[in-house]
Parts: sequence; C-alpha cells; structure tokens
Amino acid sequence: MVFTRFVEVGRVCMINYGKDKGKLATIVDIVDGNKCLIDGCNTGVTRQIITFRRIALTDLTCEIGRGARAATIKAAWKKGEVAEAWAKSSWAKKLAAKAARGNTSDFDRFKIMVARKQKSKIVAAKVKSM
Amino acid sequence: MTVCGPMKQYQVVGRKAPTEAFPNPEAYRMIIFAPNVVIARSKFWYFMQQFRKMKKTTGEILDVNEIVEKNQNQIKNYGIWLRYDSRSGTHNMYREYRDLNLCGAITQLYDEMAGRHRTRPRSIQIIRTSTIATADVKRSNTLQFVGKDLKFPLPHRTDSAKRGNKALSDQTFTVGRPTTCFR
Repeated sequence: MVFTRFVEVGRVCMINYGKDKGKLATIVDIVDGNKCLIDGCNTGVTRQIITFRRIALTDLTCEIGRGARAATIKAAWKKGEVAEAWAKSSWAKKLAAKAARGNTSDFDRFKIMVARKQKSKIVAAKVKSM
Repeated sequence: MTVCGPMKQYQVVGRKAPTEAFPNPEAYRMIIFAPNVVIARSKFWYFMQQFRKMKKTTGEILDVNEIVEKNQNQIKNYGIWLRYDSRSGTHNMYREYRDLNLCGAITQLYDEMAGRHRTRPRSIQIIRTSTIATADVKRSNTLQFVGKDLKFPLPHRTDSAKRGNKALSDQTFTVGRPTTCFR
C-alpha cells in the first residue's frame, strides 16, 4: 500500500469534528503519535493541538518550517496558492455541491426537477434516433 | 486531590502567622500544579508541613497567583522529575512530554501515570520541571518526534465516536465493512 498523504509540517488538513468542522488548517508541528499542532490563520481556525482522529489529510501541502507563526503560514498559503488548489479539487467541489443542495428552497428543487426532466427527454430522444 | 481536566500552575506564597515574638516571619513560595486555586492552597500546606514546621492553622497564605505560560505557540519538550508511591514503595521518576505549555505536559503526566502505573494523583509529587533542548532529550519515545523532516502516514484509521471524536461511519450497522485505509 503506497501512502501519499503524510502527517508532516505543512500538510493541509480538513477538520472533521468540533466547532471548526469543515475548515482547512495547516499542520505546523507534531506533538506525538496522536496529536499535532494546527493553525488555520487563513480559514479562521485558532492555533491549537488537535488529535489525528479529528482531522482528514488532504493532498495539499505548503512550504513552512516547523513551528511557523501565523504570518509565515499566510505567506506560504498565498505562495503555494493553496486556497485555489483546494477549490479546484474534486473533494472541495463535492462539499460545495452538497452545501448548495442543502441550501435549495422548494422552488429551486422544483426548477431542478423540471430541468432534469427536460434533460432526460433530450437524451431519450437522441438515444431513440441512434 | 481530585484531578479533573487541565492542570494549572500556581505560585503560592505563605508564611507562619505573625506573633508578638516573631512579627515578621519568613515567607515561602511554592510552585504548585493543581486544577484550581482551592486545591493549590491545600497542596501548599501539604508540602509546607513536610518541609517546615508550619501548618494551615499556624500559618497564612499571603498570595496565590496563576502562572500563565509565556509562549503557548511552540511545542516544547518538557522533562518532569517526580516522586510517586507505588503499592510497594515510593520511587523517583523522570518523564518527558511534548506539549505547548508546561501545564499541558503536567496534565499528560498525571493521566499517563494513572494509566501506566495506576498511580492516583494524591501519590504523585512533582519535584522539578524543565524545558529540555532537543539535544538533551533522553526518552526514545520523545526522540521519535523531535527530528527534522518528520513525516508519517495514518495507515489504519479506526475512529470510534468515543471521547468526543468523529466516528469512521455514521451508521451502527452497515452492509459492507468500512474502509480504514485512506492512502
């Protein structure tokens, strides 16, 4: 099994649990086999020790030294274009789609239903003609 | 003493109550680790009785201050020298912990001593604490995490919803086994 996502200084992770659930943060230092120090100065997460059970590692990293402070992390995020890379990732897109679906009103859902029916009508007609 | 939740560091200053013969007795200062001020005061007398001819009824506490760690943004290595009672005798020990602040390390210490040695907090006396430079770290467990370019994957994720953590699955019963490997 080849691992590609490591717990390391600079790894961007998503918080899975707690009041900062759903936000990204950077691993700034590692305490021990269960906990690390994260800082999400770009995403509003206070610098804190968090257990690995409460985070999910992403594919993204940024270049920081061990124990870097907020200003350094902000600069590294900007340089590495982490926010843009995250928005482009399918993980982020799926989260955004789920959030958008959750925010639909009844009228929006009606419009979606109508659009799906129209689409399937076009597809069925095309399939029939083939 | 009942230890629950995070420990705090207190500076407790006390002296023997002044009398006509000795109107200005010598004051003593102790650093006490306790969950709250009340227990800190109690622990102060516990130790002062051991060291000096002074007790709560014959003395007075002049001041109790919480000591807040100056730098809580960097992880440090803490070495803690302690004395504890086991079932068969009393022993000295040296333990190392990595944490943001000394109080966090002390909290870890009490929890770990309870887990590994069944030591109750009442049986533990902290003798000395110190931040340890990376070069002076003794314990291999701590040395594992001090190096440069430390990285490791999370190979086998078995997250249960206990102790305020996120569970691997949101359902109690599923059709297939959950996957524990996330690359």
